[in-house]
Parts: sequence; C-alpha cells; structure tokens
Amino acid sequence: MLSQYIGVVITFALGAVIVLGMVSGSMIFGARSTSRRADKDEVFECGNPSSGPARGRFSVHFYLVAILFIVFDVEVVFMYPWAIVFRQLGVPGLVEMLTFVAILGFGLAYVWKRGALAWD
Amino acid sequence: MGLIEVGIAGVKALAVLLMVLNLSAILLWVERKGSALIQDRIGANRANILGIMPFNLGFINTLIADPLKLLTKEDVVPKGADKFLHFLAPFMAVFPVLVTFAAVPFGDQLVIGDTVINLQVADLDIGILYVLAMSSLAVYGVVLGGWASNSRWSLLGGIRGSAQMISYEIAMGLALIGVIMTFGTLDLQAIARAQGHHFFGVIPAWGIIYQPLGFLIFLIAGIAESKRVPFDLPEGESELISGYFTEYSGMKQAAFMLSDFAESVVVAGLATTLFFGAWQVPFLFRDGFHFPGGAIVALPHLLIVVMQILSFTIKVFVLCLFQILVRWTLPRYRYDQVMDLGWKYLLPLALANMLVTGVAIVLLG
Repeated sequence: MLSQYIGVVITFALGAVIVLGMVSGSMIFGARSTSRRADKDEVFECGNPSSGPARGRFSVHFYLVAILFIVFDVEVVFMYPWAIVFRQLGVPGLVEMLTFVAILGFGLAYVWKRGALAWD
Repeated sequence: MGLIEVGIAGVKALAVLLMVLNLSAILLWVERKGSALIQDRIGANRANILGIMPFNLGFINTLIADPLKLLTKEDVVPKGADKFLHFLAPFMAVFPVLVTFAAVPFGDQLVIGDTVINLQVADLDIGILYVLAMSSLAVYGVVLGGWASNSRWSLLGGIRGSAQMISYEIAMGLALIGVIMTFGTLDLQAIARAQGHHFFGVIPAWGIIYQPLGFLIFLIAGIAESKRVPFDLPEGESELISGYFTEYSGMKQAAFMLSDFAESVVVAGLATTLFFGAWQVPFLFRDGFHFPGGAIVALPHLLIVVMQILSFTIKVFVLCLFQILVRWTLPRYRYDQVMDLGWKYLLPLALANMLVTGVAIVLLG
C-alpha cells in the first residue's frame, strides 16, 4: 500500500535537486557587477523613479473569487468518491447527486445574480 | 521493497523527469520556429558552434546557447524584495509541475525474466487526485513571484494569475468527474488499460469517444491553467512587462519560462492518458497486432513496449503542438472575458456534462 509511494518520494527528491540546481544556477555561475550603480536594484517601473512600495490595495473582486473557489472546489471534492462508485449506486445515486447539484446550481445562480462574477 | 526495486523506481523517476524537461526545451524551440512559420518570419537560426557547423542548426539556440547565456547572467534581486520568497517562487513554479508526471503511465509492463516492471513511476490508486493536487500547487509560484518582487507589475500579474488559475481549476476538476464515472477508478494505469478494446472491432475505445465535451472543457481549462495565450493575462507582455516574473533574471526567469512549457506537457500528458488511450496503439495487444478481420501479427515483447512508449510520446507531442498552434492563432482575452468563460460557461457546462454522463450510464447500463 505505502510502497506505492516510493516512486513519488524518489521523484520528489530528484525533482527538488534538479530544480534547486537550476534556480540557484545564476547565483553561482552568474556575472557579478563590480561597480554597483545605485539604481540597479530599483524595481522596474518603465524607467520612471519608483513611486513607493508596490504592496498596496487591489480590487476586492479577487477576494471574492478566492472565497467562491473554496466553496466550489470543496463541492467538487465531494463528487470524486461518488463518481467512483456511481455504477454501484445506480439511479438512487444519480437522484442524490441531482439534488446536490441543484443546491450547488442555486448557489451559483445566487452569486451570479448578486454580481459577484461581474467584472467591469 | 528490495534495493533493486528502489533502483528501478529511481531510474524510472529520472527518465520521466528528464523526458518532461527535454520535451519542454524542445517545445521552446518548436514554438519559436512554429511562430515564425505562422507569422511568415525565419525565426531562430543564428546560433552556431564556433562557426564550424556546416549549417545553422536552429535548435542549438534553445538547447545550448540560451541556457548557457541565462546561466551566466547576473542574479538581480530588486530593492525591497523578500529574498527568501523571491528565491522560493521559481522553485514552486517548476517543482510541482515536474513531479506531476510521477503518476502518469507511459507504457504497459516491461517483463524481463521474472521481473515485471510497471512503466509508471508510482502506480497510485489515487492517480488523478495526486495529479490535481500537485498541479494546483503551481499557483504558489505565481503568487509568491508576484508578491516577493515588490513591483507593481509583478503584483498585478501574480494576483491575476492566482484568480485565473483557481477559477479554471474548478472547471478542470468537474470535467474529470465524467471520466471517472466512465471508468470507475482514479488509477491512471487502470484507465489506460480500460481504453484498450475497440467498438465494433474498429474504433479504438478512447476516452474522447465517451467524453468529447469533457475533453474540450479539460483542454481549455488546462491551457488557462498553464497561463498561455489566449489566457496569458498574468504575463501580458504588452501591459505588464512580464507579469509575475518581471523582476527575475537569469536562470530564475528561465525557470518560470520552463514551468509554462512543462505545464503544457503535463496537460498534454493527462489529456493523452484520459482521452486518447494513453500508451495504447490501435489493434496492438500484449502479444501483437490483432487486426479486424482476424489477421494476427505476433510481435516480440520488447518491440511492443517500445511501440507503446513511442505512441504515448507522439500523442503528447501532437497535443503540445496543438497548444502552440492555439497560442499563435488566437488573440488575448480581456480579463472579464477570462473570468466569465471560467465561471459562467465552463463551470455550468461541466456540471451538465457530469449529469448527462450519469444519465447515459444509468440508461445504457
């Protein structure tokens, strides 16, 4: 049972080594500037002087999307075990899932109607 | 678990990782040449080794010259950036995508003497769940890259990217439920084997025949997940410079570029496994070809295994080419169109697809 995961562990180890080597490659082999100019480390704002720290406010829509994602993704997780045993469940299973999807669809319709999915 | 089995698993893991990395590098070149072809340009053709190659092998650009150039670039971390997260972001962008392939079968079984080698790094019962879990981790690379850089462009790109990726993840997860209902398992190798028979003796019983709409939704969501045109809002060269990796240089930037291509390889690999018969070759069974009409051509075991691996690779490559074709054919969406497509079209369609599949399975038995 757990021996299935030996391959996963090995892949993780090998993958981590490869990617770490790659990401740190330029730190090790990369050029170093000898004369450091003050504006070299400046963030890129199309050549203008930086207008302050970047981590300001952003649209509340993104938070809404994140919350909706949690709601709907958890619903999807419930469907996976159902989908596997669906053939054994037969018609009762289908009716149950229809009820579940109806409630989910109602939620989606509500969110849609309230304009949470609208971007302007 | 003996030492030999661990060794075999190690060889398989290395082979799969290298396959994804190499395929990504080759795709980079194919994309440059392919885009040139589509736009009536010549494309990358200048690199040569010390001027002694008799002709310009364009792929030297992307396979040797570009990586070497990027390796020797200065590693710049902008002022005010979070140094650790700035380093972690490219790692998190590539690593989850690479390890996703551990659960994808690239062949049936290789029998040498008494040893049966399953041509899959890890034969997981929950293969699809593992793949979804790993591929959804890639969103952290985008978010961290955008946040750590302390740049407005990066932050905008990172936020856009995260919202887009999680939105399409729902549609992708729902599209796969139809496939799971059809095959009744999450095991990718079992799904691959279940696609080995033929309808009426001639049509291969590949997943796309059961789930055409599921495939369409999966492919669109997959392209959106890999942040490629027409869904490249997180990068959006013309508006956000490079989006979430604006402030990266050298190999870190290359890591982000690579993750895009590795993601399209993973999407192609999954689509192949679930919808295009994985490693199956039409009419090829464990002892050779069984053509309709009764003709049987027996083949040696090793040849069959090689043909299966080749079949898988070719299918993956063709699907990657298709994604490149899409990229250079369609213009970029507006952001509201991207979110509308995910939430208002793909999500209800995927739900409907699931229910129709359920009704069909109940009716047809």
